Amino acid sequence: MAAPESSAAAVPTLYTNNALRNAFGGVLAFFILLLIGVMAFSIRLFSVIKYESVIHEFDPYFNYRVTQFLAKNGIYEFWNWFDDRTWYPLGRVIGGTVYPGLTLTAGTIWWLLNSLNIPLSVETVCVFTAPIFSAFASWATYLLTKEVKGTGAGLTAAALLAMVPSYISRSVAGSYDNEAVAIFALIFTFYLYIKTLNTGSLFYATLNSIAYFYMVCSWGGYTFIINLIPMHVLLCIVTGRFSSRLYIAYAPLVVLGTLLAALVPVVGFNAVMTSEHFASFLVFIILHVVAFVYYIKGILTPKMFKVAVTLVVSVGLAVCCAVIAVLVALVASSPTKGWSGRSLSLLDPTYASKYIPIIASVSEHQPPTWPSYFMDINVLAFLVPAGIIACFSPLSDASSFVVLYIATSVYFSGVMVRLMLVFAPAACITSGIALSQAFDVFTRSIKFQLPGIASNTEVDAAETSSSTAEAQNDVEKSEETSKNRPSKKSKKKEKEEKPLPKAKAEKKRLLALPLDSSVISLLLLILLGALYVVHCVWAAAEAYSAPSIVLTSRSHDGLHVFDDFREAYAWLRHNTDVDDKVASWWDYGYQTTAMANRTVIVDNNTWNNTHIATVGTAMSSPEKAAWEIFHSLDVKYVLVVFGGLVGYPSDDINKFLWMVRIGGGVFPHIKEPDYLRDGQYRIDSQATPTMLNCLMYKLSYYRFVETDGKAFDRVRQTEIGKKYFKLTHFEEVFTTHHWMVRIYKLKPPKNRIRGKTKKPKTKTSTTSSRAKRSGTGKKNPWH
Amino acid sequence: MGKLWVISIASIFMLLPFLGNAFSPESPTDRRVLVLLDDSAIKSSHSIYFNSLKSRGFDLEFKLADDPKIALQRYGQYLYDALILFCPSVERFGGSIDLAAILDFVDSGRDLIIAADSSASDLIREVGIECGVDFDEDPSAMVIDHIGYAVSETEGDHTLIASDDLIKSDVILGSKRIEAPILFRGIGHSLNPANNLVLKVLSASPSAYSANPKSKLSTPPSLTGSAISLVSIVQARNNARILITGSLSMFSNKFFRSGVQKAGEKTKHEKSGNEQFLTEISKWVFHERGHLKTVNVKHHKVGETDEPALYRINDELEYSVEIYEWSGKSWDPYVANDVQVQFYMMSPYVLKTMSHNKKGLYSTSFKVPDVYGVFQFKVEYQKLGYTSLSLSKQIPVRPYRHNEYERFIPAAYPYYGAAFSMMAGFFVFSFVHLYSK
Repeated sequence: MAAPESSAAAVPTLYTNNALRNAFGGVLAFFILLLIGVMAFSIRLFSVIKYESVIHEFDPYFNYRVTQFLAKNGIYEFWNWFDDRTWYPLGRVIGGTVYPGLTLTAGTIWWLLNSLNIPLSVETVCVFTAPIFSAFASWATYLLTKEVKGTGAGLTAAALLAMVPSYISRSVAGSYDNEAVAIFALIFTFYLYIKTLNTGSLFYATLNSIAYFYMVCSWGGYTFIINLIPMHVLLCIVTGRFSSRLYIAYAPLVVLGTLLAALVPVVGFNAVMTSEHFASFLVFIILHVVAFVYYIKGILTPKMFKVAVTLVVSVGLAVCCAVIAVLVALVASSPTKGWSGRSLSLLDPTYASKYIPIIASVSEHQPPTWPSYFMDINVLAFLVPAGIIACFSPLSDASSFVVLYIATSVYFSGVMVRLMLVFAPAACITSGIALSQAFDVFTRSIKFQLPGIASNTEVDAAETSSSTAEAQNDVEKSEETSKNRPSKKSKKKEKEEKPLPKAKAEKKRLLALPLDSSVISLLLLILLGALYVVHCVWAAAEAYSAPSIVLTSRSHDGLHVFDDFREAYAWLRHNTDVDDKVASWWDYGYQTTAMANRTVIVDNNTWNNTHIATVGTAMSSPEKAAWEIFHSLDVKYVLVVFGGLVGYPSDDINKFLWMVRIGGGVFPHIKEPDYLRDGQYRIDSQATPTMLNCLMYKLSYYRFVETDGKAFDRVRQTEIGKKYFKLTHFEEVFTTHHWMVRIYKLKPPKNRIRGKTKKPKTKTSTTSSRAKRSGTGKKNPWH
Repeated sequence: MGKLWVISIASIFMLLPFLGNAFSPESPTDRRVLVLLDDSAIKSSHSIYFNSLKSRGFDLEFKLADDPKIALQRYGQYLYDALILFCPSVERFGGSIDLAAILDFVDSGRDLIIAADSSASDLIREVGIECGVDFDEDPSAMVIDHIGYAVSETEGDHTLIASDDLIKSDVILGSKRIEAPILFRGIGHSLNPANNLVLKVLSASPSAYSANPKSKLSTPPSLTGSAISLVSIVQARNNARILITGSLSMFSNKFFRSGVQKAGEKTKHEKSGNEQFLTEISKWVFHERGHLKTVNVKHHKVGETDEPALYRINDELEYSVEIYEWSGKSWDPYVANDVQVQFYMMSPYVLKTMSHNKKGLYSTSFKVPDVYGVFQFKVEYQKLGYTSLSLSKQIPVRPYRHNEYERFIPAAYPYYGAAFSMMAGFFVFSFVHLYSK
């Protein structure tokens, strides 16, 4: 049915029939999109259902606190907020150092709801921002993929993205982090770019700059956009695809986008000063040169043009060399070559671990392992190559962009596990294209083999499987719509070869596969999709829904809940003075300020390496030196996280080597080998004396032997080296139920200073009436 | 209403521990002193000293050191504001007093006078060590000075020392100079030089040494010269004051009254310096001198009176504090030219000496540095003999707000001109380009 229809599109009766089908398809697509949105939202609610509606992890707590401030004080106060409760005593200018997109988004949603008399708390809004925006992101994926390969591919890609585990891991309800809105902004910016490229409309170009502005507001990952799009433009120019549409898609983005980006306080002049943005300006210049050349070519005769080219090229080359030399000199004069540490570690994966321990210490900045690819994108890993091949037939401006996008994001995801998140949409788009093309081929073969019952099969096939029926159905429609719709792509083709439909139809006939193999392949594809869905739901429900402030474990006697973090923060909030300073390793800084409302020394915004190194040094020093460091910072309480009792592996003892490294990077008297025995990190009886006497060891294992009598550490699977010791400068004030958080107070300086004479040993005959402190009684120490 | 009542009762109970503080500015004269003696004869043999205390309004309670009923506190309340230990030979206190109780007494901010003697008991030595004073470890040792001894009828063994090597501090010893040497017979002690809380008030002469006078010296004495301290004072971090001497007899009526002539000197003083010295130093120990308090710490921007929650960089501000000294009867303005305030964030960014109006009000004004962060106003005033003042007040300093910068900078006018002329030019160009044929 499809084949005759498309070949005879001009016949009036069929045309109306077609219009009806298009309208029906449009409505169907709309409802499918709606359902995809609902699915994207609801698959992320496992964390709320299994745990509770709380903010997750570390950074989201900071964002939550900022949002609270915004909701309470308004946008100007937020912009000028100087926070004196973190990074004591330096403080932090929050307004100027934070990407405000997420906060402003959630704040706006909260304000909107409240003005509609829907009294939701700020926390609720924050918890559900990420799921809402993942629905938006899947719709944006639909739009982007539709621009590239039609509606069918769009719907498939949207459905895949709605449940891709990599994205779920960062956007479950409660994961209130920049990435939650940034991925939407990223995809939407790409969509608008492709849309402008396809239509050449200045309207979309302006929208594109605004979307880019939103992305800049939201996430530091915007540099990916501002490097990828120039790369694509360059690719188009090099492959001879320069057109006025390309110019309109790119030039306004650079000009408006850079201006808008400079308005974001955290970016500011970085938008024109750092190397990350240079590529876009370079391509901007090249684009103008190319446009100028095309213009000149149009008005000159070919002979004159040749003369002009040789003239300009020889002069231009000289000028270029000079300019490049100056640029290189400028860049080389700055110590980091104008690149920030994070970006450098993208280009040279070993850079961070070599020079910046504070970047290397974050687990999400490590390179991913192979299983994590399978975990995070599952079957998409196999579909991506097929999708890339599909993008090449035929290669358009838009599909070349997708190829470029996936190629670069694969590289970046291989450098930093966090950037899997950028890779996931690309994988979804290419896989969506691959799946939709495959369905396209197979269903067309079936239809071709069974011309009589074509319409029936189509309906049957649509109803066979609930999960993949949508996709299959869409394929049908997409095929038709893309053929009928005068899209830019087909327009372009039409100019070149008029009798396209006929040729295509004949081609199709040749490509038809045998019926049985088509049906089997179709079933296998559906099975593949089903596997993917099962995996995604499992990942969403089990792997990625834990809020990390509440932990659970299943054992033979049922479910255990470890709520120690909130217990400790609540203790701090209720039992310490408002202005007391709490020192901990920086991981817990955001949570302490947000949940305990106490001033911290360092937090997860690792902007001052020296300050973090100071805390690291204190933790790696013996008690007295540590006390002096903390005392000089006015610290009252020290908080350590200890997992040895319940087997919580990401505790401070396991992070301790990073404290040593970061501390030693600034204060050279802390040397990593002092803490290692023959290159091995251990805390048992073989541990070095430096290790056994450092503050972190003591605070973690103080009184630990009282729990089981052996002091067996369940994380390290060993008995600890030094079991019985006393603290002289710290006193334990609170230990949570499962010993996961231990809080110590700095003892005040001694009221009196003792004399030199050693305190004599207590005589056994000391009477019990004496207080234990004196322990001196009657004795004669001199004989 | 009932709830309010409960709260007020609760707050009274919460405040109770603080009400029993030792030196209370509200009722400084209400001072009960417990005197523990080895035997009751000391009460009469040292009566001049005790009477001088009584005449200054102290309420002395004499007990034998091994009295089984003595106690420093009852129901968590201290019964006394100061303790005098004239019991060098006591091995064990009676009642509930022990070393820990005495140290807790000091750590609660109360004062202590210890007089040891040769053959002082381990317990007294232990108290001394805890306060930072090391008595000579030889139990029979005494301080001997063959040059600086006090001349007496019999030749003796030169253990009665006439010393005049006093600390130079008006606040500790009073403004009146002590003319006569001070008689001392007893055990010497040494101080740890690293200990900044303890001060040597009366030190032995360079020719003195500490040894057993009855036996021959076989080894060099461990304590010699002016390293030997005869009388020391301690001011703990909570400003509790302690007087430690190695001689009980220097408080005795006999020493108070006897004339003194230092060997090798011609002048014979009718009366020894003991009475003046010990009376003056007891005034210091009992906070009648050198006790400072600060009130009314204020800071505000120049031209304003209200204290802001935070300052902006480059603000001009004024800081003031009132300092008073206890004179024994009333709080008098403290006058000194060396009180400094720091504007401190990890290190002092501003350090200024404050000017005063002779009525106790110290003030200064300065400009907040061009650095934002959480600063502190710090007054760290540690002067010999005075209570140490340590004030710190946290104050954040914020950067400029977005609208506090200059909107138009003169230096940028060429750029403004360029931008606007460019816009106008582009408009004209477009117009001409589009509509001219």
